[in-house]
Amino acid sequence: MTAHAKPSKLIKGATGDWEIVVGMEIHAQVTSKSKLFSSASTEFGGAPNSHVSLVDAAMPGMLPVINEECVRQAVRTGLGLKAQINLRSIFDRKNYFYPDLPQGYQISQYKNPIVGEGEVIVDVSPTEQIKVGIERLHLEQDAGKSLHDQSPDQSFVDLNRSGVALMEIVSKPDIRSAEEARAYVTKLRTILRYLGTCDGNMEQGSLRADVNVSVRRPGEPLGTRCEIKNVNSIRFIGQAVEVEARRQIGILEDGGAIDQETRLFDPARGETRAMRSKEEAHDYRYFPDPDLLPLEFDQAFVDALAVALPELPDAKKARFMREYGLPSYDAGVLVADRDTADFYEDCVRAGGKARDAKVVANWVTGDFAALANAAGVGVAQTHVPAVRIASLVDLLAENVISGKIAKDVLALMFSEERDADPRDIVERRGLKQVTDTGAIERAVDAIVAANPDKVEQAKAKPTMLGWFVGQVMKATGGKANPQSVNDMLKSKLGI
Amino acid sequence: MSVDQGTVHRIAHLARIAVDDNEVEHLQREINAILSFVEALGAIDVEGVEPMTSVLPMLLRMRPDEVTDGFIAEDVVANAPEREDHFFVVPKVVE
Amino acid sequence: MTDLTRLSLAAARDGLRAKKFTAVELTRAHLAAMEKARALNAYLVETPDLALAAAASSDARLAKGEGGPLEGLPLGIKDLYCTKGVATTAASRILENFVPHYESTVSSQLWRDGAVMLGKLNLDEFAMGSSNETSAYGPVVSPWRRNGSDAKIVPGGSSGGSAAAVAAHLCLGATATDTGGSIRQPAAFTGTVGIKPTYGRCSRWGIVAFASSLDQAGPIARDVRDAAIMLRSMAGYDAKDSTSVDLPTPDYETAVGASIKGKRIGIPKEYRLDGMSAEIDALWMRGVAWLKDAGAEIVEISLPHTRHALPAYYIVAPAEASSNLARYDGVRYGLRKPGRDIQDMYEQTRAAGFGPEVRRRIMIGAYVLSAGYYDAYYVRAQKIRTLIKRDFETTFNAGVDAILTPATPSPAFAIGEKGAADPVEMYLNDVFTVTVNMAGLPGIVVPGGLSAEGLPLGLQLIGRPFEEETLFSLAAALEQAAPRMEPPQAWWA
Repeated sequence: MTAHAKPSKLIKGATGDWEIVVGMEIHAQVTSKSKLFSSASTEFGGAPNSHVSLVDAAMPGMLPVINEECVRQAVRTGLGLKAQINLRSIFDRKNYFYPDLPQGYQISQYKNPIVGEGEVIVDVSPTEQIKVGIERLHLEQDAGKSLHDQSPDQSFVDLNRSGVALMEIVSKPDIRSAEEARAYVTKLRTILRYLGTCDGNMEQGSLRADVNVSVRRPGEPLGTRCEIKNVNSIRFIGQAVEVEARRQIGILEDGGAIDQETRLFDPARGETRAMRSKEEAHDYRYFPDPDLLPLEFDQAFVDALAVALPELPDAKKARFMREYGLPSYDAGVLVADRDTADFYEDCVRAGGKARDAKVVANWVTGDFAALANAAGVGVAQTHVPAVRIASLVDLLAENVISGKIAKDVLALMFSEERDADPRDIVERRGLKQVTDTGAIERAVDAIVAANPDKVEQAKAKPTMLGWFVGQVMKATGGKANPQSVNDMLKSKLGI
Repeated sequence: MSVDQGTVHRIAHLARIAVDDNEVEHLQREINAILSFVEALGAIDVEGVEPMTSVLPMLLRMRPDEVTDGFIAEDVVANAPEREDHFFVVPKVVE
Repeated sequence: MTDLTRLSLAAARDGLRAKKFTAVELTRAHLAAMEKARALNAYLVETPDLALAAAASSDARLAKGEGGPLEGLPLGIKDLYCTKGVATTAASRILENFVPHYESTVSSQLWRDGAVMLGKLNLDEFAMGSSNETSAYGPVVSPWRRNGSDAKIVPGGSSGGSAAAVAAHLCLGATATDTGGSIRQPAAFTGTVGIKPTYGRCSRWGIVAFASSLDQAGPIARDVRDAAIMLRSMAGYDAKDSTSVDLPTPDYETAVGASIKGKRIGIPKEYRLDGMSAEIDALWMRGVAWLKDAGAEIVEISLPHTRHALPAYYIVAPAEASSNLARYDGVRYGLRKPGRDIQDMYEQTRAAGFGPEVRRRIMIGAYVLSAGYYDAYYVRAQKIRTLIKRDFETTFNAGVDAILTPATPSPAFAIGEKGAADPVEMYLNDVFTVTVNMAGLPGIVVPGGLSAEGLPLGLQLIGRPFEEETLFSLAAALEQAAPRMEPPQAWWA
């Protein structure tokens, strides 16, 4: 990297400024029904060793046969990362012994991965965007699981995950802070979810990060890095980068040196620690898997997948800004989740009616999002279809209800009126805004007559108007058009 | 190239094969005999030659993404030296 | 009744169809012969109950005029093929007591076609050996003896049990596998016929792997026709093996006896080794003459990289083996020896489970793949493999139909005679056969006569990829011309 360090990213040590350098290897489980080289299910959970074929258990004489969907998913992901797609790639064996690695080797891609260099545009904040380079993406097998808590002196091995397809996505060391690290993984996850190539579920381990952290004085060459293995939440990724950088700076400032090693992040203690079972100098003895031939496909295979790709978040955001006049921030919030973006567009377009897209965005990202969130689901996953939000926005635009009533109606849609359209709710509950000046005038007159002292005060202090508006709205059950109430009060009070 | 006794120990460990100290010397001799047998290959001009990755001139076939296997946990663990329920059981692994 | 074990597989097939005898009778005759021949140690497991049950079913089908091409024919199966419900050991302690819950594709095709399994045949441990002396369950003794000697002779390896059983009439035919010569060298040593088909012709699924890029299944039989009949059932595309080739399987039997007029036969000058015995050279020249007499055209050819094949093989095969055998770790099946911790458990298990030759090859393999040596050894060996293959392509492109060579540099030797001091001495047995595996080509071995000591000698024909039919035609011509060999005296019975 030749770029100059950004001063805002530097962290202060006792002896001066330090720059954090982070690169990440993300293991993303490929969305597929069956495993990379066997026809057993990839479904999460399941009774021990139930999603295991003889191939996954590495029985003698068993052979791998590749799943075409996993290949397609890797190519789609490569396209989504604007990356080089390699028409010829090679599967290698990575040899090591571990009880949850039944073959004694992992089938992976070493020298010739299916996807080469690409990039991801990351919004770090509403005002800052960075570009993170992708070094490569390759396909490989996941390992099984060893359970260590079932017995004091034994481990139990379950191979259900063994052989599930993973994409290892390796970034360049282009990340400079914990915040950038979090934003990068968030964006990458959004892209994968848009593509439908990985569900991004970190709790179930569908997305795991190995985080490489080093520190250096600004402008100096890269420092020695430590790899923090298997960090399984975005929040922890940020914390791990932060504490590991602090640890390294502490050592360096005390005149020590960093050992290149593999570490684990302990969220409970908020620290990283060296793995106990460091395999003395890894020697994986990679070589091409002789049970498989080189993976080859033509450009037409790639082109067919490219044509069928969905609109990706960056393109969608640009379009939302252009087409709906949304500010960058709002558009960014909406496209962060594909379902939310689709829901939003459904609201805007419902019934083919023109509506203020900005107002729709405010509702979708504001009150409605809050109610959905309280219900523990995403905007697109509530019981409320887009057409009802559209209807609510329309009622507002037509001056049938006020903003206040609209909020009440929305709340009703999450409580007593779960199955009703806002228009029906308003109708049935008589919530229509009163625009009849006669009715408003009667209410105004009554309030003015009942409060002569306040009328006197208001003449001297026009801000008292608010009190009168409140009283009138109360008297009309909130249905009076606020503008009409305002106008009429002003003339009656002579202010 | 030939191997010393330290290397014999190293590769035995890499291959996870316990080696007694009294075996090392003749293992070393045998391995060196084999290595000297293959030594002559070093003299061959292989400039610009592609290493063979497959002896067959064919494309890697792909299979459709269907679940047609698994659900045979009993078969999977049937030959296990030690099992518990349908888990394989091994001496405690330390991470 | 004549001794049914004297019949060829083809004759037995025809006899069953003509109802001259039953499959049960045929099977009983073989089971009885096996029982008397235990001194040969050819079978690791005998499965008489399964065999008789299968034979009875075959008789039922035959009675209805039904049945497959191998209906009721008793065969032996090399114990490298996984057989459902029958112990499969690869002749290793590490797989002692392993009972697969699956059947290899090739053996399942034999059963599909009606064949009867007599039992599992001994071999070199994990097919690593050329004399069947590395078996954890003791060496196989060849039915052949030197003139006037009762020294125990090796049957060759690794398919030593298969070759000995076929030569001693303990089955009508046997399955075998060939990684560097493991079908052809034992066939040569026992006066039988063995063919290693083109890589990809037979499925490797369910056969314990030694070196994946070289392993190939094939039959050992008493004559060319029998080998052709067996291969037809064994061969065929298998979607479960990514290296299996999707080509139709020809009826190889029709190639047996076909004219070989005008076939161009290459004689590679590089196979005339320094110090090659006059006996082997004479055998080779006899083979040339026989083919010429049958109408073939003989041309001298050059395969310049021949002498590098064996050293390159001893890098590639151990490298693949070291990885293929990593799965034998005492976790999911097979032997487990207790250890202080998991790593110690692995090391104790693998030290106790693997014999010396297997341990040696695993270690060589780990070494040539290890950091700093990979390019110098493994990558270089694979480049040389490309050159070896190119040699053959050049020859075949020049119009050569097949290549004739000796099968082995010597006749069989006595048990304990070779390789004790230097493993390489044993490896040299495969010098003529290993090039074929390195290039993925088909190769067949047929008997060419007896050595001065009275032991069989074999000739090898190497063919173009997927042209096994040409090999069967040529091999049949050699068989026709070669002097008839009396089967070995049944000294063991």
